[in-house]
Amino acid sequence: MTFLFILLGIFFLTGLICLLLDRAPKLATLVGVSGISAGSVIGLAGAFSVLIHGSPVSFKCPWPVPYMSLSFTVDALSAFFLIPIFFLSLLSAVYGAGYVTSWYGKKPIGPLWCFFSFLVGSMALVVTSSNALLFLMAWEIMTLASYFLVVYEDEKEHVREAGITYLIATHIGTAFLLVFFILLGTRKGSLDFDAFGGYGAGVSGILFLLALIGFGTKAGFIPFHVWLPEAHPAAPSHVSSLMSGVMIKTGIYGIARTIVFLGAAQCWWGWALICIGFVSGVLGVLFAIAQHDIKRLLAYHSVENIGIIAMGFGLGILGVSYNAPLVAVLGFSGGLLHVLNHAIFKGLLFLSAGSVVKAMGTHDIEDMGGILKKMPVTGATFITGAAAISGLPPFNGFVSEFLIYCGAFYGITQSPQIFVASVSVILGLALIGGLAAACFTKASGIMFLGEPRTDKAAKALESGFFMKAPIIALALSCLAIGVLPFIVIRLCLPVLPCLSSFGTGLITECIGKVYGPLLYIAVTAAVFFALLAAISLVRRNVLSRQGIKDGVTWDCGYSRPDARMQYTASSFAGPLMKFFNFFLQTKRHVTEPEGIFPDRSAFHSETPDIFLRCIYEPAYRLMSAGFSKLKWFQHGRLQAYILYVVVTLLLLLIWKLG
Amino acid sequence: MNNVALIPAGTMFFLSPLLVGIINKTKAFFAGRQGVPLLQAYYDIYKLLHKGAVYSRTTTWVFRAGPAVGLGVLFLAALIVPCGSTGSVISFPGDIILLAYLLGLARFFMALAALDTGSSFEGMGASREMHFSVLAEPAFILGIAALMRQTGELSLGGIYGSLSPHLWLSAGPVLIFVCAALMLVLLAENCRVPVDDPNTHLELTMIHEVMVLDHSGPDLAFILYSQCLKLWVFGTLVAGLVVPAASGNAVLCFCVFAGSMAMVSVITGVVESIMARFRLIKIPLLLIGALSLSILALLFQVR
Repeated sequence: MTFLFILLGIFFLTGLICLLLDRAPKLATLVGVSGISAGSVIGLAGAFSVLIHGSPVSFKCPWPVPYMSLSFTVDALSAFFLIPIFFLSLLSAVYGAGYVTSWYGKKPIGPLWCFFSFLVGSMALVVTSSNALLFLMAWEIMTLASYFLVVYEDEKEHVREAGITYLIATHIGTAFLLVFFILLGTRKGSLDFDAFGGYGAGVSGILFLLALIGFGTKAGFIPFHVWLPEAHPAAPSHVSSLMSGVMIKTGIYGIARTIVFLGAAQCWWGWALICIGFVSGVLGVLFAIAQHDIKRLLAYHSVENIGIIAMGFGLGILGVSYNAPLVAVLGFSGGLLHVLNHAIFKGLLFLSAGSVVKAMGTHDIEDMGGILKKMPVTGATFITGAAAISGLPPFNGFVSEFLIYCGAFYGITQSPQIFVASVSVILGLALIGGLAAACFTKASGIMFLGEPRTDKAAKALESGFFMKAPIIALALSCLAIGVLPFIVIRLCLPVLPCLSSFGTGLITECIGKVYGPLLYIAVTAAVFFALLAAISLVRRNVLSRQGIKDGVTWDCGYSRPDARMQYTASSFAGPLMKFFNFFLQTKRHVTEPEGIFPDRSAFHSETPDIFLRCIYEPAYRLMSAGFSKLKWFQHGRLQAYILYVVVTLLLLLIWKLG
Repeated sequence: MNNVALIPAGTMFFLSPLLVGIINKTKAFFAGRQGVPLLQAYYDIYKLLHKGAVYSRTTTWVFRAGPAVGLGVLFLAALIVPCGSTGSVISFPGDIILLAYLLGLARFFMALAALDTGSSFEGMGASREMHFSVLAEPAFILGIAALMRQTGELSLGGIYGSLSPHLWLSAGPVLIFVCAALMLVLLAENCRVPVDDPNTHLELTMIHEVMVLDHSGPDLAFILYSQCLKLWVFGTLVAGLVVPAASGNAVLCFCVFAGSMAMVSVITGVVESIMARFRLIKIPLLLIGALSLSILALLFQVR
């Protein structure tokens, strides 16, 4: 347990010292990065030791605040979520050391590291606290720290707007969580996590719904996802990587923890998660395809991946409630492993996209092109991440999707209920896989390949050591998990008994059934690399005899090829967007060429979020109209406000005495 | 690892270009021509392996990785699919996912290689390729899933090993639907009419062919050979379904299997001869048809 207190102390002190070092940006960065790294390394060591030894550690001491106690528990579930949190925090912090240099002397650096450190510490606190009030406090610190990081570039208007959207959305989620925890606590009159449990079917149904909305808002389930595509692009890149890679996973942790609290799962929860997962996954990736802003595109992909995780968990719950252990174990372990995998490849993608954004000064992929030649390391790692997020072997995304698929395949041979659920999961995963591959061919192809489309792209320069080292480490982790899946799946093993009612023996037996396939996947990966080497040797051999000629790209005999004639992101995504236009509602702004000597023509397309446009905006307009009728009540005169307080107190006193 | 399956798997590396020859001969027969020699694909690959290459100055390592990854993937894919009832070399529960996603990897890198040239034609091809695969992939995976439900086996080797003529009597509709879906996927994935025309000479209308406009020499040889292997991979899945031969004799099995592969090629040739290519806008509808057939095959088995 001491490791947790040490690292929380380190994060707190680092934050405070950074805040004081506002005048010395370099020193603040040094303190910030070394503090966060040290804390993260300690945390990783502690989390691994808990996972390997298997026994939960806890600490509890009373606190004078009513219903609150200082109680922490690191069990297998917490430890599993701590691993991606600390791993990505460590690498994002190192990346940040290179990323923030351009703000030296222009913007305060101290607060940036202070909030970064608080964010990491609060995430660790969220997954380890075992008292509802403590949890909510940590949850709120996490929200506020990330809010201040999102609005770091507050001189830009769209950043401030994104911040407000984020703040409102996440607090609506927290409101549901408040009700959730109060309801959980009423049965035994205690808000400690170990006092929760033993609810009737109706109450636990309501509790599950509350958790689904409350935690789902943080996780980014559709239709509660609207803050993600606003907040992630606005934040500095090393922060977006942390928010998208691990902060939204605290929502998934909350749902997993809810399953632990509520005990016997009901089958409709599984259905609900599968439906939400299917919708979030497919719509998330569809919206992503339509985006031209690279960070917005990546943000929508987080919605998609959260959908995949939800489908895995849904399959797991159904497996538990219909007593199909194989389906349950594979669904849960696929979902859990995807939490880890998504943290790695999404962190990688946000960081390498951040390097490009920093080098280019724009988020718009239509302005990029040919950057692979200028930034070879960043480009190669982005392409690795793109293959991993599309679920392609031999990278890590494939492993977790394979486990969920396998669970669904076992489900296919079972009773009709599980059969239908499995078919929907398979259909969802297959659709998502194809769409994600299309989306990332577009993103990496248009950004990194071909000819530079603008001067800025032609002049981009590779980033320095601090920004390259973390993305190389992340890309290698993608490959390592993809090649050695049978080792990584052992991490899930201790978590599974918390989530399902099955015994350890049965779970080990079920996991044993996928060891063989995972070993085959590892062997196939090895053979694949051997084949690649052999093929390259053959080619080198042939070409060394016959020679290589340089030329221009085949242009159909056209004599003046131009970089602007290349296929753009919009044209690449065009057919798919047209096909799915029913969901996307893309707006097209066309100025057609006219006359015999046409001079100007233009085409521009944008795809605003339909949930934001058709549901939230009208609802908020309505609310704002309603509340404006109460304006006479709130006019900014302090004396009147004090009077309100006095009157209210008087009325309460009369009501209590009378 | 299935050692018995190594022999038919080994022969397919030599036989697969023959399938293209059979298709072309069938088309020539319908057109009343003599057609190209049966072994033309072999000659082409041999010739290209003895040529140098031209690389565009725009391209990077991604352009060279495309054909190599494609060929490597298809070598592996050919080891995963079952050759008749002798089973497959690599076989484990859920191996269909490895197969489908390996093909996805090849597609991903071929599309990136196309975009690497900076040519708008190749970008167009890459865009269409990725678009159509979005619908073809679920049709493929769900079609095999329907067979899983039917046979209770989860590996391709197991599924195709337990297919028998009796199953056609008891579960005919399911098998017919899956068969039709897989055939449509075969046509789409192998750039065959009515989805794509391998003989077309107009870059604007091509899909697969336009993506490889800039490849030359050994790279083009790899691409040609991997296309032959891809035809073989999808052909085995259709052939094994249509002619489920489960006699104990390994030699007889292989002969029947080779015969059914030839038959699939002839059918592909006939389809190409008697149909026109669809308009690009219609192709997604065709693939949605394939997807619906796979889903129907699954829905028939809800009980």
